[in-house]
Amino acid sequence: MKVAVDNRGYYGKFGGAYIPEMLYPNVEELRQNYLSIIGEESFKKEFDHLLKTYVGRPTPLYFAQRLSEKFKAKIYLKREDLCHTGAHKVNNTIGQILLAMRLGKQKIIAETGAGQHGVATATVCALMGLECIVYMGEVDIARQKPNVERMRILGAEVRPAKSGSKTLKDATNEAMRHWINNPVDTHYIIGSVVGPHPYPDMVARFQSVISQEIKWQLKEAEGTENPDYIVACVGGGSNAAGAYYHYLDNKDVNLIAVEAAGLGNNSGESAATTVLGRPGVLHGSKTLLMQTDDGQVVEPYSISAGLDYPGIGPIHAHLFDSGRAQFYSVTDEEAMKAGILLSRLEGIIPAIESAHALAALGQMDFSKDDVVVLNLSGRGDKDLETYIKWGRY
Amino acid sequence: MSTIIIKNRIEQLFEEKKERILSVYFTAGFPDLNDTSEIMRHLQDSGADIIEVGIPYSDPVADGPTIQESNKVALDNEISLKLIFEQLKNIRKSVDIPIILMGYINPVLQYGVEDFCSKCAEVGVDGLILPDLPMQEYMDEYQEVFKAHGLLNIFLITPQTSEARINEIDQNSMGFIYMVSSSSTTGAKSGISSSQVDYFNRVKSMNLKNPVLIGFGISDKESFDQASEYAAGAIIGSAFINVLKKAENLQTEIKTFIQSIKGIN
Repeated sequence: MKVAVDNRGYYGKFGGAYIPEMLYPNVEELRQNYLSIIGEESFKKEFDHLLKTYVGRPTPLYFAQRLSEKFKAKIYLKREDLCHTGAHKVNNTIGQILLAMRLGKQKIIAETGAGQHGVATATVCALMGLECIVYMGEVDIARQKPNVERMRILGAEVRPAKSGSKTLKDATNEAMRHWINNPVDTHYIIGSVVGPHPYPDMVARFQSVISQEIKWQLKEAEGTENPDYIVACVGGGSNAAGAYYHYLDNKDVNLIAVEAAGLGNNSGESAATTVLGRPGVLHGSKTLLMQTDDGQVVEPYSISAGLDYPGIGPIHAHLFDSGRAQFYSVTDEEAMKAGILLSRLEGIIPAIESAHALAALGQMDFSKDDVVVLNLSGRGDKDLETYIKWGRY
Repeated sequence: MSTIIIKNRIEQLFEEKKERILSVYFTAGFPDLNDTSEIMRHLQDSGADIIEVGIPYSDPVADGPTIQESNKVALDNEISLKLIFEQLKNIRKSVDIPIILMGYINPVLQYGVEDFCSKCAEVGVDGLILPDLPMQEYMDEYQEVFKAHGLLNIFLITPQTSEARINEIDQNSMGFIYMVSSSSTTGAKSGISSSQVDYFNRVKSMNLKNPVLIGFGISDKESFDQASEYAAGAIIGSAFINVLKKAENLQTEIKTFIQSIKGIN
């Protein structure tokens, strides 16, 4: 089985470009140009150079000795938390802004939930001198104050999304509406492997640097490119897509996706889309979606704002549907405990998103020689307040 | 199988009437849950030519604040697609002008495309506007079942739509083409500017096989008259929602509004 997007923008049954005609010219312009632009030598050179000198890549693949002893496997952490701005998100925003500039766009818009993608977008806009507007749900603005101010310091305008539930899904709606109203000079930097084709494929390609590095780094450390497991959290799923990318067709490597179960999958307060969702269409693609019987999108819940999304990228819906990836759910409680555990065992405070991936280790059965790569997608600085509020450390 | 072939009411209308066709959109289940069929009767009685019934959705990305809010109110009123069909069950006893359902694709998918289409045919719906159903998907997966149930699928074009694509849309359209007047969501802009007039003229000169109705930003007699100069007529949505929102007596206020648009005193 080859996991790749087909020429209609589908991964198996999922994907496509379900967009109103008002967005068609923009999305079509991207679709026609993205592969040739990101294949250009000058693009690759500039992208690689910025990833190296600005983002700080390659990020280390760190053998976590004490964590390994705890879970009785050889556990490596891919340190995306050490990227500039504190998470993997910037890999994608660097790629997309270089692409946008080659398409002649002068303005950038983005959506953000917790603010990580917003900060990563504001950062590259400052770097390139482009105007930046970030849509953020009014509810999220109130609960993610430091990231709002980071974006403002970087020169971005943060616009509150006041519609619907006033969170990430509505920020995405508002960004799409902005794009409808400003179709010519603006590029929309979507932050995950969601949205209409070609976004899921484009974002996955920009994030694929993660698995590209894992391959040679693991070869150096273990003498093989292939781990037995790759573990990553999935909200929209961009860090997971990047960590899986170069292993998608290698069946020897088990792909583990970890979703947020909030207060529990039966509690009515969860964001575990593969458990609670059905096929549907949101934000331009057909995917698994949390919704009512009547097809209204349901507001999910997780303690982690980055996993608090009612859908997943179509690539992940396909990995789930085809059985290529195994999906686990982790509750708020389990994730917070795993966050403290990593802090105590390895001296690394993870983002609560990444702590979900860590917590899944406790649900898995390893043989002693199993090599596990866990994508530590972000650092916990932004979550300090959540850790403090949780309090049990 | 015996099927009675009746001419689609939309096609019938455009055969009989060539200008100043007024299509009016409103959201089902708004302002009150069970206003749907009453509003439709008043629209017909006041002189509207086509009724577009909006299927409320939690995430209406092509809509501006006015229609978003009406969607939200209707959903809070606990409208559902199932209930809309219930409300339309006897509509053909009192309304004989064309009825179009307009909404986003996800509720239709959850209802089941086949079931949705047969229910539409059963209650007497003539056409569908599903803005986030792309033309290619429509042709690959939906066209056959829509046609089997006598439903015309109405496509949108915008100022950014290329001439080649407009021609392609025209080839695959039946009924009419919904010409979005500006690059915007619904209700965002009011009035008609000179660059819009250029666009209207450009499309008019293409001599499309389908008639065109202009929508988005049509809110009063002046904009309706202007739009009618370049197309077979126009569509009003947000402005009518604003009337409904404030209406104390639906019958009189719908009548006053529709007649003010048409210029009947």
